[in-house]
Amino acid sequence: MNARLLPYMLILPVTLFLCLFFLYPFVLVAKQAFTTGAGFTLDNFREVVSYWKFPISLKNTLLLAAAVVPIQLALSLLMATMVTRMEKGRDLVLYVWTIPLGISDLAAGLIWLAIFEQSGFLNSMMHGMGIVDKPANLLTFQNPGLVFVAIALAEIWRATAIMLVILVAGIGLIPKEYYEAAEVFGASPWKRFVRITLPMLRPSLQTALVLRVIMAFEVFAVVAALGGTLFPVLMGETYAYQFDLLNSGAAAAMALVILAISIAATLVILRALRVPKGATI
Amino acid sequence: MAEIQIKNVAKKFGAYQALHDINLTIADQEFMVLLGASGCGKTTLLRIICGLETATEGEVWIGGRRVDHLAPKDRGIAMVFQNYAVFPHLTVFENIGFGLRMQKLPDDEVRRRVERVASLMHIEMLLKRYSGELSGGQRQRVAVARALAMEPDVILMDEPLSNLDALLRMEMRAELKGVLAESKTTAVYVTHDQVEAMSMADRISVMHQGEIVQAASPIEVYRNPAAEFVASFIGNPPMNFLRAEAAGDGKWSVAGNVIDGPRYGKSPLQFAIRPEDMQPAGDGLEAKVKIVEPLGAHLLVTCEVNGTLFRAVLDSDMEVKRGDMLTLAPQTDRVRWFDPETTLAVA
Ligand SMILES: Nc1ncnc2c1ncn2[C@@H]1O[C@H](COP(=O)(O)OP(=O)(O)OP(=O)(O)O)[C@@H](O)[C@H]1O
Ligand SMILES: [Mg+2]
Repeated sequence: MNARLLPYMLILPVTLFLCLFFLYPFVLVAKQAFTTGAGFTLDNFREVVSYWKFPISLKNTLLLAAAVVPIQLALSLLMATMVTRMEKGRDLVLYVWTIPLGISDLAAGLIWLAIFEQSGFLNSMMHGMGIVDKPANLLTFQNPGLVFVAIALAEIWRATAIMLVILVAGIGLIPKEYYEAAEVFGASPWKRFVRITLPMLRPSLQTALVLRVIMAFEVFAVVAALGGTLFPVLMGETYAYQFDLLNSGAAAAMALVILAISIAATLVILRALRVPKGATI
Repeated sequence: MAEIQIKNVAKKFGAYQALHDINLTIADQEFMVLLGASGCGKTTLLRIICGLETATEGEVWIGGRRVDHLAPKDRGIAMVFQNYAVFPHLTVFENIGFGLRMQKLPDDEVRRRVERVASLMHIEMLLKRYSGELSGGQRQRVAVARALAMEPDVILMDEPLSNLDALLRMEMRAELKGVLAESKTTAVYVTHDQVEAMSMADRISVMHQGEIVQAASPIEVYRNPAAEFVASFIGNPPMNFLRAEAAGDGKWSVAGNVIDGPRYGKSPLQFAIRPEDMQPAGDGLEAKVKIVEPLGAHLLVTCEVNGTLFRAVLDSDMEVKRGDMLTLAPQTDRVRWFDPETTLAVA
């Protein structure tokens, strides 16, 4: 076998699989988005973008991502550094911290609903301690801030671990001698983190951020469980077009809008965290 | 002024004793080489001086100051790591300037110092590159330049030339020695290459199983090994040993010959002689030739004396072949004696 062709032959099965089950459906969705009965058109896009709920759901989605992702980044970096420093029980801690990963996002939303709703833990506790007179539903249209906080909390709780595992693996790849060299040459622990860990972690940070940001733009079940219609997001609107309004053309257009935002964010992240040629470990 | 004093230092890793009661004084501006086989504790000792490892017992003093409770950065040292540890995400310039930046020196001072050591190490044209774009030898120079830029009192080097090819190693050896002598730095240099040790050191500390067996000048270590281990470790090929039985009144019987030796209460002793300190003669040790290896300048002859393996380095004009019988006369002032019980040299 020709050695130059061999790699391509080896990835052929995967490529075929991807084409069949990802590319083909994607083309179908795109076709749906760009056609009505009468051939090519942008009507579907015009329709979804001009709908009154579009700006607010776009704003909500971006706002949620902007609030949640940086907190998760900081948290996962902190947790990863702590786990890496541990000598004993490190695996156990990592397992416990990653448990939320194994819970579906709807279930996660319901767990947090159980905390915040009228007869939930939070109300019972506050009532029991005499902070409030009687249990009240906290997640109402009168408390938009609290709805947002609840959703953000649930998202942070649910999806920080995915970044954590990527960063723990990444930190594990940084040779110990770089830290020793930095220490000998006078870098404090914080300087070592900023000057060694962060820059050498860029490939892992890219992966973690891209994954997390894309997930953030697709947020749906947690919002549905906690906010219902109080907090419209892009994915929720897509769902509504498809299953409530039975307008699959508009749903497809929404899906493509989300895809475009995701691609744009991915490009920004890759660009911002790129490693110059020759500067890899 | 930076004299290093290591006082009663011991190190345990769990139950394993890596260093036993090390005592060593390294003079200001001295070039001290720690030499020993793999696993004897050289790196551990260096890391204790550096502060990356804490001694289980003992004290480390640098420049008259006790430092074993200080962080590495407060000890006035710089280190060249065994596998360079040149930061891959920084340019050569930023690598060399790393320690200076940590000291918050002004930009122009950093630039001045980086450029000075870069030209000293002949890497001024590489300053904009990343370490991924350097050869092993260039990375090596960057690691040394980074240490020199600190203008430290003490520079610690852990097998810095071990990854280079033979030619480059020889070049770097001379260069490094010159640069360090000029900068008036005290140097501790770890290696397991005895040629490197002999050629660079002011003094060599020979280490064996976590102890310093001998600390002396290269020629002293070579000529007057303090213990059998040193005699068999230094020199290529190493010293020859033969069993010597007391024959009374300072005379010893070695393979049927009676040789003058020390007056010593115990018998037997080990008779030791370097392969190049013997001449074929009418009278001496009877040696049966096993292997003849022409090395150009010399002839390395492996023989058997009294059933013991024995090597001699002879003139390359000699006509010797396998199976010949040689009579080798040891040069009397080069003969050394060891007590097989203590393995130490007998004067
Ligand atoms: N962190 C550690 N934990 C346990 N044992 C260790 C540790 N570091 C070193 N040792 C042991 O201590 C002994 C001395 O190790 P050291 O690294 O000092 O050897 P060395 O002389 O530098 O060897 P080499 O020439 O191979 O680098 C070895 O037997 C090693 O296994
Ligand atoms: Mg070592």
